Amino acid sequence: MAYSDKVLDHYENPRNVGVLDKSDPKVGTGMVGAPACGDVMKLQIKVNEQGIIEDAKFKTYGCGSAIASSSLLTEWVKGKSIEEAGKIKNTQIAEELALPPVKIHCSVLAEDAIKAAIADYQTKTATKDSKADAA
Amino acid sequence: MPVYLDHNATTPLDARALEAMLPYLTEQHGNPSSVHRYGRAARAAVDRAREQVAELVNAHPSQVIFTGCGTEASNLAIKGFAALNKPGLLAIGATEHPSVAEPANSLKKNGWHVSVLPVDRQGCLIETEMEALLKLRPEMISVMWANNETGVVQDIPALAAKVRANGGVMHTDAVQAAGKIEVDFSASGVQLMSLSAHKLNGPKGVGALIADKSVEMAPLLQGGGQEKGRRSGTENVAGIVGFGAAASLAKAQLADYGARMRSLRDRLESELRALGDIEIFGAQASRLPNTVCFGMRGVDGETLLLNLDREGIAISSGSACASSHREPSPVLQAMGIDPEVAQGAIRVSFGAGSTEQDVNAFIAALTTQLRQLRRMTGRAVG
Amino acid sequence: MKKPIYLDYSATTPVDPRVADKMCQYLTLDGEFGNPASRSHAFGWHAEEAVEEARANVAALIGADPKEIVWTSGATESDNLAIKGVAGFYGKKGRHIVTCKTEHKAVLDSCRQLEREGFEVTYLDPEPNGLLDLNKLKAAMRPDTILVSVMHVNNEIGVIQDLAAIGKITRERGVLFHSDAAQSTGKVPIDVNAMNVDLMSLSAHKTYGPKGVGVLYVRRKPRVRIEAQMHGGGHERGMRSGTLATHQCVGMGEAYRLAKQEMAAEIERIRGLRNRLLASLKGIPEVYVNGDLEHRVAHNLNMSFNFVEGESLIMALKDIAVSSGSACTSASLEPSYVLRALGRNDELAHSSIRFTIGRFTTQEEIDYAAGLVKEKVVKLRELSPLWEMHQEGIDLSKVQWAAH
Repeated sequence: MAYSDKVLDHYENPRNVGVLDKSDPKVGTGMVGAPACGDVMKLQIKVNEQGIIEDAKFKTYGCGSAIASSSLLTEWVKGKSIEEAGKIKNTQIAEELALPPVKIHCSVLAEDAIKAAIADYQTKTATKDSKADAA
Repeated sequence: MPVYLDHNATTPLDARALEAMLPYLTEQHGNPSSVHRYGRAARAAVDRAREQVAELVNAHPSQVIFTGCGTEASNLAIKGFAALNKPGLLAIGATEHPSVAEPANSLKKNGWHVSVLPVDRQGCLIETEMEALLKLRPEMISVMWANNETGVVQDIPALAAKVRANGGVMHTDAVQAAGKIEVDFSASGVQLMSLSAHKLNGPKGVGALIADKSVEMAPLLQGGGQEKGRRSGTENVAGIVGFGAAASLAKAQLADYGARMRSLRDRLESELRALGDIEIFGAQASRLPNTVCFGMRGVDGETLLLNLDREGIAISSGSACASSHREPSPVLQAMGIDPEVAQGAIRVSFGAGSTEQDVNAFIAALTTQLRQLRRMTGRAVG
Repeated sequence: MKKPIYLDYSATTPVDPRVADKMCQYLTLDGEFGNPASRSHAFGWHAEEAVEEARANVAALIGADPKEIVWTSGATESDNLAIKGVAGFYGKKGRHIVTCKTEHKAVLDSCRQLEREGFEVTYLDPEPNGLLDLNKLKAAMRPDTILVSVMHVNNEIGVIQDLAAIGKITRERGVLFHSDAAQSTGKVPIDVNAMNVDLMSLSAHKTYGPKGVGVLYVRRKPRVRIEAQMHGGGHERGMRSGTLATHQCVGMGEAYRLAKQEMAAEIERIRGLRNRLLASLKGIPEVYVNGDLEHRVAHNLNMSFNFVEGESLIMALKDIAVSSGSACTSASLEPSYVLRALGRNDELAHSSIRFTIGRFTTQEEIDYAAGLVKEKVVKLRELSPLWEMHQEGIDLSKVQWAAH
């Protein structure tokens, strides 16, 4: 399978690999995929008071395209608001990385991962807010 | 070095094609299905050859299915098509090669009706018979582009137009035509066309079926899903590369080849006529420029061939595939040639390396042999 | 050291230079380029002699008679011809076939085709080590069974089935026995008579011969009949029509002659290299060898690297040419059906690498490959959320995955 240079670049030098503290209320964690399907993506975002994603980390079990899709996504979401980040579409990722048709699902997974991370962050914030209200 | 005048049986591999092949035997030995660099290099080589073969017959590369030989290509076309269609009528030409006639006949047990389109004394399909058959709306018609024994060329584009107008599928065995005369798949209107590498100075062991995507076929060989599932089996990379190179060379040389072959053939035929009492088969028909098939009364072809071989002349009585049989050629029989004349049939087929000297050597040897043979049978030459 | 290092000898092998030299003598104008079917001149006779000598060499490697050798375009055609050919000829006698789930696609797809035509096929599960339980084979055989098809050596995991034991069973019951031996020639001694094999598929390009040529061995005593699948000039005694490619037959013959001559020493050298690779890779935690190690060809090592995805590992190993399984299915994203049949879970099936060593592999190459694999597995595990979870002590089998 021929990979684009961009996929190879992200695969060989993945950006933002790592872990953020899951228990940190500012951190949202999204984990999507399943080992049986050949890919699992874990994407974490750290959101500041202004609702801007100030850091993003990922770990991915999957093919080169899956790794590249998640690496690219962490680059893109950093500095964006969670609203903007939530609007990123898999087609943009697929286009940027010139993914072949059989690898489009990797970009879908990346879109799912950022949505899951944002949702996790929002759930946490909502719980925190309701706690704050109660206090 | 004996004189080789049996190029319709097989041709020597062009040295340039061998050059192209060699790396794919040894250092570039990858399996095209492998994803690593060796595999990708092999895949790229196969794809390049696919373009070259497509160019030779003006087809799209995606229409090229590589096979193990021309016989396999024709089997795939006929049986692969039949497998996906309800049994109906299949028509083939009377002078088809066994690689078309036999798969066609094998379909009878599945309920297919096989009709044979007769030819006239020149080896050409008989128009009225063809029209009559077309009215029966055959599912498929298979007629060869050029005959291996006589070199007679059928008007395939005209036939294909009629077949398609009747909703049928047209297959042509172009194994002997491709590389010798202009063969244009797209313009011809045929949907399926068989090719073979070793008839055009490529290697043996590789052929191709050119297939229009509108025709669905079941694969004959199932397994790894190569050739988009249409023909499984690890690709013969070196062979395919050799086919591609030979196809490219053939295309580039076509005009020159045709002119040289025609001049050798004309020389030979005028010499033959001078010998007298010789019939050149299909002489009035459109023929391949490299092929002369002729017969003589009262001469046993086999004996003559063997004697000529001893004189250093390699020719044949017709199809190499049938050379173990001793009956007169079914092709000549279908043309209505007197069996006694057919028995003495000789096929001379020139190739890219043939020369005027070859013609001279052949005529000299033939004259000597005929004199001896006819003396034995009590006939005089001329 | 030439990179990428080729460790994919089960996908295909380079043509041995000695074989290539011999092939070149049968191609061009200065060689014997004739059509072996040409009966009327020396060009044809010389080509035919070469084909017959090659036929004898192929026969010798498997203990067969040259008359039992039918040339084909490769093992895929041989498998198709054997299975569909037997079904075509003996279909009136019975319509049941027994095979194994880990067979090559050419066998499985031919069987599937026959199922569409009304035959019944039993696909046996192998044991977790990849070998067949002969009692299960016996139990699967029925009065209407006409054919048992079991491969000699598996292409992915390299395990060797006990053909002699299977042959004893099939012979006793009067059932035909076909074996795909594409992966075993030159790697395991073969004797079709001792093994009671009736039909055997052989390939040239897995044993340092050219691609595009193979053989189907068809037993003559007791006589085995097959229905031809390729019709035409009636070559190969009517069993397989099509002009014989002299140089291809010659190449296969020479490759098999060399294999017979050199296999004893070659196998031991290669086994040494394989064991060296295995010893080195075993040092990595959470690695598993797929398939039985003992009943296995010397050149194969198939390992799963847990928590690392196979395709990305292969990408990381771009300086070594290996495969994640069979080359024929490597374009698909499905995990290996062979490993699945062994009961390997999807993760391990997804993370397998097949290393296959060959005639031209050196110790230096093996050491380089082992070092590279270790380094890249560590790197990819750092990237792997599964590895992280495993280290945190999470049982991955209990996790609810958001499958997409």
